[in-house]
Amino acid sequence: MNEYYDVLVVGAGPAGLAAAQAATSHGARVGLIDAQATAGGQVWRHDVRHAAPSLARRSIGGALTHSRVDWLARTQVVAVETGSLFVEDPRRGSRLDYGALVLATGARELLLPFPGWTLPGVTGAGGLQALAKQGWPLAGRRVLIAGSGPLLLAAAATAKRHGATVLGIYEQAGADAVRRFAGSLWRWPAKAIQAALLRGQLAGVPYRCGSVVRRALGDSTLRTVELEGPHGIEQVPCDQLAIGYGLLPNVELAQLLGCELRWEGAHPQVSTDIWQQTNIDTVYAAGEVCGIGGRDSARVEGAIAGHAAAGARSAAMALQPRRRHARAFAEALRTRFALDARVYALATPDTLICRCEDVALSDMDGYTDTRSAKLATRCGMGACQGRICGAALAELGRFSGGGQRPPLFPARLSTLGDTDFFPLATIEE
Amino acid sequence: MKTYDLIVVGAGIVGAACADYASAEGLRVAIVEPGPVGGGATAAAMGHLVAMDDDPAELALSRYSLELWESLSNLPQAEFSRCGTLWVASNERELASIPAKRARLAAAGVETEAIDSDTLYRLEPALAPGLAGGMRVPGEAVVYPPAVARHLVDRAVERGARMYSRRVAHIEYGGVRLDDDTRLQGPALIATGCALAQLLPTLPLRARKGHLVITDRHPGLVHHQLLELGYADSAHGDADSSVAFNVQPRPTGQILIGSSREFGSSTPEVSLPMVRRMLARSFRFLPALRQLDALRIWTGFRPVSPDGRPYLGRVPHEHQLWVAAGHEGLGITTSLGSARLVVDQLLGRATAIDASPYDPARVVA
Ligand SMILES: Cc1cc2nc3c(=O)[nH]c(=O)nc-3n(C[C@H](O)[C@H](O)[C@H](O)COP(=O)(O)OP(=O)(O)OC[C@H]3O[C@@H](n4cnc5c(N)ncnc54)[C@H](O)[C@@H]3O)c2cc1C
Ligand SMILES: Cc1cc2nc3c(=O)[nH]c(=O)nc-3n(C[C@H](O)[C@H](O)[C@H](O)COP(=O)(O)OP(=O)(O)OC[C@H]3O[C@@H](n4cnc5c(N)ncnc54)[C@H](O)[C@@H]3O)c2cc1C
Repeated sequence: MNEYYDVLVVGAGPAGLAAAQAATSHGARVGLIDAQATAGGQVWRHDVRHAAPSLARRSIGGALTHSRVDWLARTQVVAVETGSLFVEDPRRGSRLDYGALVLATGARELLLPFPGWTLPGVTGAGGLQALAKQGWPLAGRRVLIAGSGPLLLAAAATAKRHGATVLGIYEQAGADAVRRFAGSLWRWPAKAIQAALLRGQLAGVPYRCGSVVRRALGDSTLRTVELEGPHGIEQVPCDQLAIGYGLLPNVELAQLLGCELRWEGAHPQVSTDIWQQTNIDTVYAAGEVCGIGGRDSARVEGAIAGHAAAGARSAAMALQPRRRHARAFAEALRTRFALDARVYALATPDTLICRCEDVALSDMDGYTDTRSAKLATRCGMGACQGRICGAALAELGRFSGGGQRPPLFPARLSTLGDTDFFPLATIEE
Repeated sequence: MKTYDLIVVGAGIVGAACADYASAEGLRVAIVEPGPVGGGATAAAMGHLVAMDDDPAELALSRYSLELWESLSNLPQAEFSRCGTLWVASNERELASIPAKRARLAAAGVETEAIDSDTLYRLEPALAPGLAGGMRVPGEAVVYPPAVARHLVDRAVERGARMYSRRVAHIEYGGVRLDDDTRLQGPALIATGCALAQLLPTLPLRARKGHLVITDRHPGLVHHQLLELGYADSAHGDADSSVAFNVQPRPTGQILIGSSREFGSSTPEVSLPMVRRMLARSFRFLPALRQLDALRIWTGFRPVSPDGRPYLGRVPHEHQLWVAAGHEGLGITTSLGSARLVVDQLLGRATAIDASPYDPARVVA
């Protein structure tokens, strides 16, 4: 199956949904693909028990039900060629050709290794949210939330809504930094409302600043978390630890396409101009993939990208002030939630760094570049394709990741071997 | 200026083996390698240790080398796994070629078994129906090549070899000059694989690209390194591009799928048409592969001399210059024997096997 779309959007989170809708408003035929079964991205991830907020319902409905939008769920990008994406869904592989491409691939969590982080019962903060929304039972379980950034509040609220007993939220940033961040929220009313809402839902849940999880303890599953806070070290018995140190843009597809990246600290993000256009004329990027900014900047950037990709720059122009305002929030996030030095020193020599290939931190000693370390230890060669350990090693200042090759995600061999991506005549044996 | 008994240029598996053997023989060795040890063709290889019988010289060298590999069979990082090789015959014609093949291998001292079609499916139930039978070589193994190269270099360094993480910029009279202008004095052994022409342009060498695909873990799907008997045609034919069924069970339970051969492409990019063609071939023999997930795909370049044999020995018209390069798709297997052949000649010793088929002088008028 080959299809052509005027505008092909990868990712159906707030950015991709807004892009799809904006592009259709100019008559473009739009393909919207997402690896997930339902649209909404991270923030509006489908919840099996609770209805979506009204903004989510409107955004999702508006894009998916439009007659000029093909919604391609559970569709994963495998490889790229100029002007086409090779994708697979649970049934088959296919080629999608495009006039313009919008990358709205969002972000994932930064997970940093510490002793015990691979124990069953330990997940990312957003990871726990996703599990809860999928219907994983949390009722009556004692959950401790830790790490850094506003996502911890959202994770705590989701856990609580799903019946968990949230023992506390342990933020690594100091109290001053958090207070300054909260104090600046009035500049972003939507954020302030979101934060206040979360506070309401989180009444009674302790919020502790300057606190770091040192270890997760337990034999076959998590039993206790050891924390270091302003008042010393304490051990807290619990059933579940949800811990995340912030978000990282999913730039792999952009990288495979050859888009220019910018480094924000140790991690890359896609660089664009004010039209959300990358250095490749036909490729646009919007939302978290261009730098962590949250839902509101994702929506406005998505709309700009959708308009511009459909050739309607004047509509995109009108959104510029909103874009600048929303992006300023990202800046506040970044400066307030900088990671504490203690966080970098948690992993001990025998802490696993690559859980796919069982590689410990000390196995990496003596290597100064990714490739040597990878060749010798296989770190990053497993099923996650280095997305977790690669980011952690970059964050820990060891070394940063390499290039991208297809398959972008593990892909079925039948997709690669049976799909008629190319005219048969060119490949017959 | 530093003086050495031997300057090994390039630390792929071949250079690493040379440095290891030379240092074990008491030579003062320098190793020059700008990249990661074993980061060239060696990192891309399948790591199948196999006796190829289509050329008597290649058979002698692989046989000699396989014996030497036994000394590394207990090295944990080598991931040595004696899975054996199972050559698969698709039809009666291929089946009929087996007795002669077995005789050639037996003459070289390689033990083999003829496999009828019932036994074939008992050994490898996942093979596609309708195959005629095959030949098993029980003693053959697979290894993880870059880790072996690294081990050989580490061992040489422990014996006093000196590692220079630089590139050799030129060969000069009596030694080499590095890209930071350091000069090293002494006989040089060029083991730069596909980059040979940069230092030794008189020895013709082409790069033949290959693709490999590795899957997620499916322990027990296949047990042997599986190759189609038509493999040698593909491997040594001169076609611009070819594919053959060549599948390996990794000790992790992953399955490594080859193989493609292609002249004329010099960029490392993965070619989806080539991957498709290679996989289509492997599905024909192992349909269950269709359901597996590919985790990674990579490419590598095999260094190919005009007659397919490596250059092992003194560079013609030079006294202080030696070469060990051009091992095509068999350089992991033949690295250990190659090292002995070259270093024994350098030391003026008799070689364990006849060295003349590999003499670089054969291509220089
Ligand atoms: C785990 C996690 C939980 C979060 N929870 C919240 C929360 O509760 N509240 C909040 O305000 N913010 C949350 N965020 C922040 C979130 O990033 C933003 O709020 C917002 O969702 C960003 O929108 P986006 O459209 O840029 O990306 P996303 O919402 O991340 O959407 C990106 C979409 O692209 C898809 N995708 C990516 N790559 C491919 C590919 N190659 N092929 C096909 N599909 C692909 C993904 O499946 C995803 O659906 C969370 C972030 C993460 C990582
Ligand atoms: C896809 C594929 C599969 C294969 N499978 C197998 C298999 O299963 N079994 C088998 O036996 N063989 C296999 N091979 C063949 C094998 O990989 C090669 O024959 C072997 O690795 C060659 O080793 P080398 O040391 O000569 O070259 P390389 O490993 O390429 O090493 C050459 C080194 O020289 C260095 N160098 C280059 N220029 C300079 C310079 N100027 N100064 C200093 N250093 C320099 C390079 O950085 C490099 O590290 C395979 C090859 C490929 C491509």
